[in-house]
Amino acid sequence: MRITADRSRCVGSGNCVRTAPGVFDQADDGLVRLVGGTLSGEDARNAAEAASLCPAAAIFLTPQED
Amino acid sequence: MPDAARRTPAAAHPDRQPHDLPGLPLTRECPYHPPRAYEDLRDRGPVTRIRLYDGREAWAVTGHAAFRSLLTDERLTVDRDKAEFPDLVRVLALARPGRHHAMRALLRTDPPLHTEQRRAMLPSLALKRVQSRRPALQAAADRLLDGLAARPRTEPAELISAYVRPLVATGMTEILGLHGPDGSALHDLLHRHFDLVPPLDDFLRSLLARMPDRPGGDGLLDDLAAQVRDGRLTTEQFVHYGTVLVVAGQDVTISTIALAVLTLLVHGDELDRLRAGEVPWSRAVEELLRFLSVTSGLVRVALADIETSGVVIRAGDGVVLLNPAANRDPGVFEDADRLDLRRRHGNHVSFGFGVHQCIGQNLARLDVEVALSRLFERFPRLRLAAPVDEVPVRQGLVFGLGALPVRW
Ligand code: HEM
Ligand code: SF4
Repeated sequence: MRITADRSRCVGSGNCVRTAPGVFDQADDGLVRLVGGTLSGEDARNAAEAASLCPAAAIFLTPQED
Repeated sequence: MPDAARRTPAAAHPDRQPHDLPGLPLTRECPYHPPRAYEDLRDRGPVTRIRLYDGREAWAVTGHAAFRSLLTDERLTVDRDKAEFPDLVRVLALARPGRHHAMRALLRTDPPLHTEQRRAMLPSLALKRVQSRRPALQAAADRLLDGLAARPRTEPAELISAYVRPLVATGMTEILGLHGPDGSALHDLLHRHFDLVPPLDDFLRSLLARMPDRPGGDGLLDDLAAQVRDGRLTTEQFVHYGTVLVVAGQDVTISTIALAVLTLLVHGDELDRLRAGEVPWSRAVEELLRFLSVTSGLVRVALADIETSGVVIRAGDGVVLLNPAANRDPGVFEDADRLDLRRRHGNHVSFGFGVHQCIGQNLARLDVEVALSRLFERFPRLRLAAPVDEVPVRQGLVFGLGALPVRW
């Protein structure tokens, strides 16, 4: 699964960092920063949950063939 | 679009009887359940017409999906300059408009201005920076609990003034970066004043003037002061942002913690699960936030027609989004009216949704978790000193307890 985050939409809630700490972090400005771009297993499940909890619809997931 | 869904504002029907629509229920019959009449609203649909106390009509949102989609809809505004706002209660109407101009920052601005304001405050409220305050907050909790333990057990204690309020104030001073005398000054101010806006204005102005003399600070006010020195913020913005943060963050957090203590004491089986380590505190906090949901509702106005959940919200219509109702949506939460600390979910809307979602939520979670875990670990025999139905409550836009008498 491929993941992208749109920093221009992000409102810095920190929800994604709490939900999928292996995938997201907040940069010094408080906006989302990706830790890794391609995921599998538990990280992918957590990232999917984080995307649904993002209050600003700033997280996008696309399935990817390996 | 079904015809029945086409509604016109009250003004167009001056002859309409006031009893043709339900009112906005604001009174809780039980401290830890939303007003029962929310369920009557839900029966009418996830987005339904209501009449406010002053006769005006508005839409009430009880459905979880509609709550989230409307709060991410740019056609709803929070800006009082763009639209006439519905008042939920008479008190607010009296307090309007200009007196609390400071309180318009963030809460009453739309993007792009809102984005700019929010970003100025974000860095110090990021999850990890907030969590780095945990040891300081725990130490403060333990000191307050030492004070409580030293009291004679013959008399009950009032837990809000002895513990909850000073602890939440400490969380705030930590985040703001106020230590020593400045921290004590803010504590004092929070305890002494009912209307916090004027004293906070004075406090923040004089603090900013002294800021250059206290370098090396690591809090939100230090971040903001640096932006004032860079010319990115004005003194006015510094004062307004600081004020909004303190005012928006105090009462809700105090109410949530006090109500959570009462709720856990009443739900002994759930409390036992926590004590036995079956449920981590962080998960319990999410369920308590969902279950208690102390804000009654969020208010918006439509700038254009919006079709949602089978109705059409017309441009100019007021919309009241009821967090406690969305948090009890039976289509999203199984057995929604039951407190179940084992529930795994993150999708409660107690902090709202969309660009205004609580900017202080990371601090709020830390405050609640530290307050509850320290208290219940320290006093395993903690109990209410009055029957639950005699504990005084404060009904209103933020539901809370008037006092919390306990024995330990
Ligand atoms: C359990 C405690 C808390 C609850 C239930 C809560 C709830 C909320 C809700 C529902 C909103 C959204 C308002 C709207 O959309 O109209 C909000 C926004 C806000 N909250 Fe909290 N809050 C809590 C704690 C805090 C704390 C501790 C702070 C300060 C550190 C804070 C500061 C703010 C601010 C400044 C906003 C406006 C954000 C914006 O408009 O972008 N809150 N809060
Ligand atoms: S959940 Fe969304 S808004 Fe919040 S920090 Fe992550 S990307 Fe930003």
